Amino acid sequence: MNILSIGLFVLFVAFVLGISFYFAGRAKSASGYYAAGGRIHWGVNGIAFAGDYLSAASFLGICGMIATAGYDGFLYSIGYLAGWIVALFIVAEPLKRLGKYTFTDALDANYNHRGIKLMAAISTLLVSICYLIPQMVGAGVLVTPLLGLPHAVGVILVGIIVITIVATAGMTSTTYVQFIKGGLLLIFSLVLVTVVLIRGLSTKPDQGGRVPFREYRTLSAVQAEGRLVLGDPSWQIAAVREVKGLRFVKLLSEGRESWWKAEPDAATGAVRLLESQFTARLADGTPTVNGAPASKENALATVGNMETIAGKSGDEAATGSLNPFKFLSLVGDPGSRVRLWKNASFDDNGGRVTVYYPVFAAGNKILRPGQRFKVEGTATDRIDFLSLMLALFLGTAALPHILIRYYTVPSPAAARKSTIVAIAAIGFFYILTLFMGLGAMTNGTVNLLDDNMSAPLLARSFGTFLFSMISAIAFATVLGTVSGLIIAASGAVAHDLLDRYAKVIKNDKQKVTAGKIVAFAVGALAIVLGILFKGVNVTFLVGLAFAVAASANLPSIVMMLFWKRTTARGITASIFVGVSSSIGLILFSPTMYELYGKDPLTAPFPLKNPGIVSIPLSFLTLVIISLLTRTKAKTGAPTAA
Amino acid sequence: MLHEPAVKTGPDPAFLYKRRLGAWMFLIYAFVYTGFVVINLVRPSAMEKVLFGGLNLAVVYGFGLIIFALILALIYSQACERREKRLRGEEPRGGRA
Repeated sequence: MNILSIGLFVLFVAFVLGISFYFAGRAKSASGYYAAGGRIHWGVNGIAFAGDYLSAASFLGICGMIATAGYDGFLYSIGYLAGWIVALFIVAEPLKRLGKYTFTDALDANYNHRGIKLMAAISTLLVSICYLIPQMVGAGVLVTPLLGLPHAVGVILVGIIVITIVATAGMTSTTYVQFIKGGLLLIFSLVLVTVVLIRGLSTKPDQGGRVPFREYRTLSAVQAEGRLVLGDPSWQIAAVREVKGLRFVKLLSEGRESWWKAEPDAATGAVRLLESQFTARLADGTPTVNGAPASKENALATVGNMETIAGKSGDEAATGSLNPFKFLSLVGDPGSRVRLWKNASFDDNGGRVTVYYPVFAAGNKILRPGQRFKVEGTATDRIDFLSLMLALFLGTAALPHILIRYYTVPSPAAARKSTIVAIAAIGFFYILTLFMGLGAMTNGTVNLLDDNMSAPLLARSFGTFLFSMISAIAFATVLGTVSGLIIAASGAVAHDLLDRYAKVIKNDKQKVTAGKIVAFAVGALAIVLGILFKGVNVTFLVGLAFAVAASANLPSIVMMLFWKRTTARGITASIFVGVSSSIGLILFSPTMYELYGKDPLTAPFPLKNPGIVSIPLSFLTLVIISLLTRTKAKTGAPTAA
Repeated sequence: MLHEPAVKTGPDPAFLYKRRLGAWMFLIYAFVYTGFVVINLVRPSAMEKVLFGGLNLAVVYGFGLIIFALILALIYSQACERREKRLRGEEPRGGRA
């Protein structure tokens, strides 16, 4: 915790709250509260789109995944950006033309059907909550290193600020918070990438002289008569553990324990032992790090470095300043070698040990898919990859909190133009993610316990100011996205359910009041979920939200616009099937089985991403039900009027 | 309560043109995006192939998809604007005077 971090944080929060109170007068009508009166300039809306869309998952999650898995993390950038093409070419103008405050409005415009209102509102709520959880978890992750506060306090702090933003001025203040955040995120990400390129690459990154480079040792051993024999007598073997085909060795030296990863050479019979880091919970419950009691001073060291750069190592490998293309070509050179880290957990002496061990990857393998997504694996692995890319492509244009931003501009043409600004801003940012992620990977700034902190830690390697700015912006990232999500959820309950479905809202003022009460309730729920889900992978949860949105909402939007035979019952059934099948398949997926503590291989549904099944199923349901009900129900695609 | 768009907009004579153009552009982009996914599935090792300046196919195709999205978006916007102006009588048939 430092004064600059706190100062920037307080300044930013004060500014955001100032904006909210300034615009409070504009949120007295339902139009002002839910759609900023439809008066936002398309340029501002475009950057606000970026501020809304570039959530903690984009900034923290993607950079973290690139830092630990290389190009596979960048696949998310490509898929997320491609989704905007669907938004622009298919959804933007019709949605603006048909809708009022919520995504349900547009879907229901030609039908006025209670089933659509109910199902679309439920879908909006579920998708928003799935998306809220990782944002709130991200808030807790950020506040801890920034302000030295516990995770729960960070989550509560974000919750209170966001409820204030949304409850005072609704969509107007949310828009300007997202606009400022989007602009700052672009500017400071560019600054961060610039300083990474100026620093260049080295095989012994010392974070600008701030953190000495840590050399990891290698010991040699031989396999003799079924047991390991070490070459160096000052080390003694205390235990050997086999985990999923990997072998870990506990060594003793000068009374201190350490864990090493054994790498056998089948040809020679020699074994290399690679020094690892480890955490343990001893039988008596004491937490330890690298063999000593865990404390603020004794934590896992941050990692990530290149062993060789285009075949060179040591001092001669240091490159100095690089242009962006040279940077990428050197990282991806077949002669480059990167030290990545994986982990494995197992029982030891009545306690539980997690070993973080190094693996080495050639540069040309880092800058292509394959580290995380097994594109050369089994048929299931490949279908899983296809399913993920499908959900990313089709998910964006179905996210309720993104869709409602089309109502804040004055015309369909402005909706179109703001989408183009969004594509430019978001595309530029996603290109920067590759440099930020690889920068963290090669500068020793990856936190082994939480790769989400890769971008802020990379910034810290350039000094406190940049770290404080990037952390404050990351915090703003959470605020901007959470505000948008709460507005979307608030509209779904107050406008779709209470007003249009249950018809209990009598006037405009009641609708605003109901929206504010719902915002408070959803904000409180987000706080609770953010605390409960501490430690759960944020990218996974966002992927879930994309899959649910693409399955539940996109088939209805597309078919409503392009197929005249679409009926209200077809849409209702499609949303129901999309939501239930995507969530159901996720609950029976290998990822969830792992979270339940079961063997992932026994999961009834073999894919981690349900999109490839649930999206076509939702389309098919809409077609079948529409054909079956078409003579009884009202149909029709929107026209020019 | 009444249900109507937040901001009233008049009839859009370019609606069908924009919908058709949008659908075609979506298909073009979807085709290129599918190509990226298919290469990764069928011949992932091709992604390592260096094309120019030390940059491999994965990087060039990935950046290309992002830049191509922006180029298509700009073309679409320009075409829509031109058609809207023409139908409003602000620009003569066949482009700018």
